[in-house]
Amino acid sequence: MATLAETIPVPRSEPAISAGKLQVRRLVVAHVWVAIAAFAVACLLGVWQMWARSPLEAPAHTAANYFRSVTMHGVSMAYVLTTFFIMGFGYFTAETALKRPVPGLWLAWGAFWLGIAGVLMAALAIISGNASVLFTFYPPLTATVWFYVGLVLVVVASWVWCLIMIFAMQAWKSANPGQAVPLVMFATVANAVMWLWTTVGVATELLFQVIPAALGLNGMVDVGLSRTLFSWTLHAIVYFWLFPSYIAFYTMFPRAAGGRLYSDTMGRLAFILFIIYSLPVGLHHLLMDPEHSNGFKYLQTFLTALVSVPTLLTIFTITASAEVAGRMRGGTGTFGWIKTLPWGRPMVLATGLAFLMLFWGGGGGLINMSYGMNAMVHNTSWVTAHFHLIFGGTVVIMYFAIAYVMWPTLTGRSFPSMRPLNVQLWLWFIGMMVMTLPWHWTGLQGQWRRIAAFDYSNPLIASWGPWVIVSLIGGIILAVSALLFVWNLVTLHRSSSPRFAVVEVPYAEAVHPPGRLPASLNGFGLWNVIVAVLMLLAYGYPIAQFFIDPPPQAVVHRLH
Amino acid sequence: MAINEQAILNSELRWAAVVGGIIAVIVSAVLYAAIAMHVNPPSNREYVDPKTLHLSAEFTEANLGTRIDPDGRVVARLIATQFEFVPNCIVLPTNREVTLRFATPDVIHGILVTGTNVNTMVVPGYVAQVHTQFTKTGDLLMPCHEYCGLGHTQMIATVKVVPPEQFRPDAEGRAACGDAR
Repeated sequence: MATLAETIPVPRSEPAISAGKLQVRRLVVAHVWVAIAAFAVACLLGVWQMWARSPLEAPAHTAANYFRSVTMHGVSMAYVLTTFFIMGFGYFTAETALKRPVPGLWLAWGAFWLGIAGVLMAALAIISGNASVLFTFYPPLTATVWFYVGLVLVVVASWVWCLIMIFAMQAWKSANPGQAVPLVMFATVANAVMWLWTTVGVATELLFQVIPAALGLNGMVDVGLSRTLFSWTLHAIVYFWLFPSYIAFYTMFPRAAGGRLYSDTMGRLAFILFIIYSLPVGLHHLLMDPEHSNGFKYLQTFLTALVSVPTLLTIFTITASAEVAGRMRGGTGTFGWIKTLPWGRPMVLATGLAFLMLFWGGGGGLINMSYGMNAMVHNTSWVTAHFHLIFGGTVVIMYFAIAYVMWPTLTGRSFPSMRPLNVQLWLWFIGMMVMTLPWHWTGLQGQWRRIAAFDYSNPLIASWGPWVIVSLIGGIILAVSALLFVWNLVTLHRSSSPRFAVVEVPYAEAVHPPGRLPASLNGFGLWNVIVAVLMLLAYGYPIAQFFIDPPPQAVVHRLH
Repeated sequence: MAINEQAILNSELRWAAVVGGIIAVIVSAVLYAAIAMHVNPPSNREYVDPKTLHLSAEFTEANLGTRIDPDGRVVARLIATQFEFVPNCIVLPTNREVTLRFATPDVIHGILVTGTNVNTMVVPGYVAQVHTQFTKTGDLLMPCHEYCGLGHTQMIATVKVVPPEQFRPDAEGRAACGDAR
């Protein structure tokens, strides 16, 4: 206990960066509000979609409106909310963790406006009804070219962010030779490195197959190849979204709980394992596809099992950190330390709830990726339940908690009460469970996905009706939570309370802070080589086969 | 509470061993099911040209539906197209190995049969194939489960599973839904 006794409870009150001096303040606020706007719209559309699929009569319910709405919901949640939030959070961590100006701020603003242009292009294309191809846009269905160009601009904006993050870390390392990069920045750059690898697949698909087809330059498209390239991106993109949550688990939660991070090295290891194992696993999205052999499907199933390792390590390290905090706060016995944790702090509550939802979402994921067993659940509501639990339950709930950490620093005002914040987090948890548990159940009975309406005159489908209504209630609770989240942040902007000198962001310290680290735990050179080798092994032949023995191509089908 | 660096490392190594055990169990279970129980995904790198599907030997209109192939196998052939299955009802017997073969002339579709593990994507360029054995009789739903355009919702077929004695193929080995009634 000797080491821990020195730990200082939150918040530490030495003003390292005073109010208004945070150079990235406006940049972060702009990014995060774009993310939240997209999120709020997507939540409301989501409620209408569940209403439309339920036995109840929904307004404006046509197939065209439904698929327009699903496309907008998916694009807003998966591409806009995530990308803009991650970029904003990255600029925030770069300045507050490295305690030096972020390089190339003008470039960051350029990327922001480029991303906005992309979002508007894609949004208008979707609203026009000429891009109802869902956020996965599987060819040969083809939308208007504006939709794809819009998405490309958002990706290019994120690439600029990646380079700024990498450059910021390198510049800090040159100025602080031999020192360990703060874990929060190490993780942020890990995400940037992983995202550059991740986007290669979808960018290749868009630039060489989809956009030429949308422009009418080619009338045929190799669908197996395009699905394979998209799968390259499709799993790792989820880890791109998840990274901020894990960053919060490791670098914010332990301090918020009143303790220290159990192990800094384990954090670095987990982030490195995410880079390595989240990429060569995408074929598990194509287990039910004809175009890949069982051998490569099994190989990638095996690698997918390994990607659960960093998550399982994280659960241990964060639980151990929580136990350290709970015992420092007087908790005794095997489980007594759980009661003494400060559950009234949003970061602590959000982490606890995220772990509960990760248990269900992760467990479902292990079933989905299990090779032959996937046939039981592929493209059923089970899968919808799985990824809503991971996305809403682990990604978004931690975005809430992170926003609640950032907002006092960004606005110079503290929340007068934590109560509305905690109510919002509880509503999100309850809504997510009420929505997704019925989906798991109906999915197991074969309820299929991506349908504008169900024919409830069929007896089997009629038996799902009550469950669909229960999940709709869950969706309404989620929408209420989303609006309360917006309200909580708005009140801080509008508050008349005086601005205070901003306290240092309370990043957690490790029980044993890292001294000198081997280069492999302080940079990404070695890991990039390993990713390249694994990708060659896992995706080399599966992609090459389309060129060695080209399959017949599909005729491009325009939606407009 | 021991909290020195060595104790932390030891606890992490113990947990790492548990994690390794969990992964080993999952991977072995999947491998056992694949090898011993033949539970594999419906991989089938068999090409068919979407542009000439109607001219192909196998997926011409006369060949669609359920039939007993010359080698004695029960095979159902269907075309999945925007926004219907052709035919939209097939009849199959219980407790007998059956093969479902799908092809599409247009976009990506997918199928599942409710209450069973029958599930495959139908990708233009390939014949999607599923081997199975039905154990219960009844009219099962076989919807398209991949978004294929605005009419996707209407794309749904019926699999009529009948007891072997009611499965009565004609002289050419064909069985259609109407015959089983």
